[in-house]
Amino acid sequence: MSADGRLRRYAAGGGRRILTQRLGFTLLTLTAVATVVPIILVVVYIVIQGAPAISWEFLSGVPREGMRQGGILPAIVGTFYLTLGTAVFSVPLGVAAAVYLAEYAQENAWTRLIRIAIINLAGIPSVVYGLFGLGLFVLFLHLGTSILAASLTLSIMTLPVIISASEEALRAVPQAFRTVSMSLGGTRWQTIRRIVLPQALPGILTGVILGLERAAGETAPILFTGAAFFLPRLPHSPLDATMALPYHLFVISTQVPEMPIRIQYGTALVLIAFVLGMNLIATVVRSRARARRQW
Amino acid sequence: MDKIVVENLTLQYKDGTESLRAVTMAIPANAITVLFGPAGGGKSSLLRCFNRLNDLADVQTVSGRILLDGLNVLDPDVDVVALRRKIGMVFARPVVLPFSIRGNVTYGLELMGERDAPRLNEAVEHSLRLAALWDEVYDRLDDPAIALSGGQQQRLCLARVLALQPEVVLLDEPTSGLDPISTGKVEAALQELKKDYTIVLVPHSIQQAGRTADFAAFFLQGELVETGPGKDLFTHPRDQRTEDYVTGRFG
Amino acid sequence: MRANTRPGTAEPLRNWQEAVLSRAVRLSGYSAIVFVGLIFFFLVREGSPALIEVPLADLVGLRWYPIEGHFGVLPLISGSLIVTVGAMAVAIPFGIGTAMFISEIAPRWAREVLKPMVELLGGLPSVVLGFLGILLLSPFLRQALDLPTGLTALAGSLLLAGIALPTIVSIAEDALDAVPKSYREGALALGATRWQTMWGVTLPAARSGVLTAVMLGIGRAIGETMAVMMVTGNAPVLAVQLGSLFAPARTMTATIAAEMGEVASGSVHYHVLFLIGMLLFLISLAVNVAASAVVFRQRTRAERVLS
Repeated sequence: MSADGRLRRYAAGGGRRILTQRLGFTLLTLTAVATVVPIILVVVYIVIQGAPAISWEFLSGVPREGMRQGGILPAIVGTFYLTLGTAVFSVPLGVAAAVYLAEYAQENAWTRLIRIAIINLAGIPSVVYGLFGLGLFVLFLHLGTSILAASLTLSIMTLPVIISASEEALRAVPQAFRTVSMSLGGTRWQTIRRIVLPQALPGILTGVILGLERAAGETAPILFTGAAFFLPRLPHSPLDATMALPYHLFVISTQVPEMPIRIQYGTALVLIAFVLGMNLIATVVRSRARARRQW
Repeated sequence: MDKIVVENLTLQYKDGTESLRAVTMAIPANAITVLFGPAGGGKSSLLRCFNRLNDLADVQTVSGRILLDGLNVLDPDVDVVALRRKIGMVFARPVVLPFSIRGNVTYGLELMGERDAPRLNEAVEHSLRLAALWDEVYDRLDDPAIALSGGQQQRLCLARVLALQPEVVLLDEPTSGLDPISTGKVEAALQELKKDYTIVLVPHSIQQAGRTADFAAFFLQGELVETGPGKDLFTHPRDQRTEDYVTGRFG
Repeated sequence: MRANTRPGTAEPLRNWQEAVLSRAVRLSGYSAIVFVGLIFFFLVREGSPALIEVPLADLVGLRWYPIEGHFGVLPLISGSLIVTVGAMAVAIPFGIGTAMFISEIAPRWAREVLKPMVELLGGLPSVVLGFLGILLLSPFLRQALDLPTGLTALAGSLLLAGIALPTIVSIAEDALDAVPKSYREGALALGATRWQTMWGVTLPAARSGVLTAVMLGIGRAIGETMAVMMVTGNAPVLAVQLGSLFAPARTMTATIAAEMGEVASGSVHYHVLFLIGMLLFLISLAVNVAASAVVFRQRTRAERVLS
């Protein structure tokens, strides 16, 4: 076959390959669109359906007529308390553990074991956390169904997220800073307190917010550890049970007959707004920190 | 009068590389001693032994003694924190801390617990003048240090060390990334500083070694080949290897 | 010079406060191990009595009807299995496809939009997805597929796919992104099209990361509770045929969530639920250990090649 013929055959084959590529790219584009568009639709639909229900009475009132009327204030307040409680326990412990892994730990079998443990904590199903919380906090430690028990359970569940994000933020701080600080007569702890932690703080904060966002939206861990179906008053001690937004949504969409749809969507909207609001704050923190970085 | 005396120092890292082999030398006070030689000679490792910065690296064995004014620096009972204030170090790449210019200079003092504002300000001005940087930054001391040029940053690192009033200043290829003008300013500053401090310098070029050395030591693959007054080592080296390196036959 | 280093380590400490803080930090580091141990201990403590109280033959039986004392967990396991398999059938192609799109085809502006969108999906509470499943998905399935009820394993699978997708997409996309540009450029220089490069070079190079993404997605799906509880119909039926996908089913997770509230502490039912919890714990342990083993093995192989 002549060189000319070979070239022509090659070009023809190339044409087929280009066609394959074009088809393939289209297919993948459709896949991505099919994945992302439903997300947008879902959020928009909830906003449209739920917005009419949002009013000051809805946000500040208590449920009446078996939840079919009134507001969801106890659920909002409860979610707020649970998120706060989770932060109180998981943030100090998680950040300290991350400091250990990033600044003190050496690469040995113990450290590998810690990392495996963290990966496992992250993978445990949320309902198993609920069982654990029931067994340890509610029953064994006699805390009862309470905000305290639920917060402790949620904290352990949130721990791996905070540890991972914080460790990454700490490791991102340049090693040269530590060397310089030590060469000027600083101890390891001084170096951490004055340079490493402050510089890693935005990254740590982002991780904490994302972890708490997840905790705020979880139902299964609080099912048997702190969530209450209906409370006439707001909780006034950590040993009280509480209503909570995710559990409330579950209850009104599955357990209450003849529940007005608008209120269901309204509750879902408030929950999404709470969670996505935190997401937005985390994103803002992350991008502002990136702009103001001095290294 | 010798400030630092090294006796039979051998250093080996955990991965087996022997960085220094039976090094014995003296470093005179109030002079610039230059450690020169091809890469991998052990010069940086020796510097890091002086201020015990090698404790942070994967060191397997260190044997021998390093005497600072007669006291062995390698003794495990030594107060490393106090030692590092007496022996300051400037690194090859200028590493400014993520603070203001003023904050960088006062960092070492703040580590010691110094909080008195007038004393800190005085230290800032004094150190920046010694490092020949004061005239360029006196009106913007609270600007972030990262905004300075490379040469200015390196002089800031020098000022940072000087603020602690050390006795010895170690410099590991301090001008390797700098332009000739900044290099000249640093070298001029060192000439002034040697009147009150002991300077140990690893130069980044043989020419810099020739310009600055009062005393010189030639290192080759962990071994100290020879030492002597600066001019002599470059013009009349005793050892053939030194002559080969100085004349550029290898490098 | 005063000595203030701990002999044997060159670890300077300024005062006793630093020593206490350092000790506290060290203890915190080990807390993860403590918690995993605690969780396992409590699951065993409350779950193992079931192994004595219920004969083993009954436990692997085919009927889950606690009121009459039937504690066969096979229908629950099969429920979890069919819902997860169904979810992965959707999530894996869509997840990897989307990841490939974001990493290889999408222009920069599209990437900046798509990645946050996927993160958004990951942030949605599962109870919201379950809620929409009840109100929208199930009626739709009932009408579209002409079924007696829309609360089926299929509904659960579709929701689970949505829940597992963000995990698969983000981890797979990271893995694809980490493939060195030189790989792609080399293939293109040899005359391959971008399509051929993607599937012949880039994806195989990232295969351990993609595999990890899929395994973690599976773990996420198996462990999901609320969404499946709300839409799968909660009928503990052994799911063995393809048609079971269009019928109600019940997962292990939904069983625990649905029945724990009504169970007397210390009863047989209570212990069996904890036993199921233990089973879920072990399954997630296996998935996670396997996922991290994939990562380690790939890394050591690369290290051997490069040294």
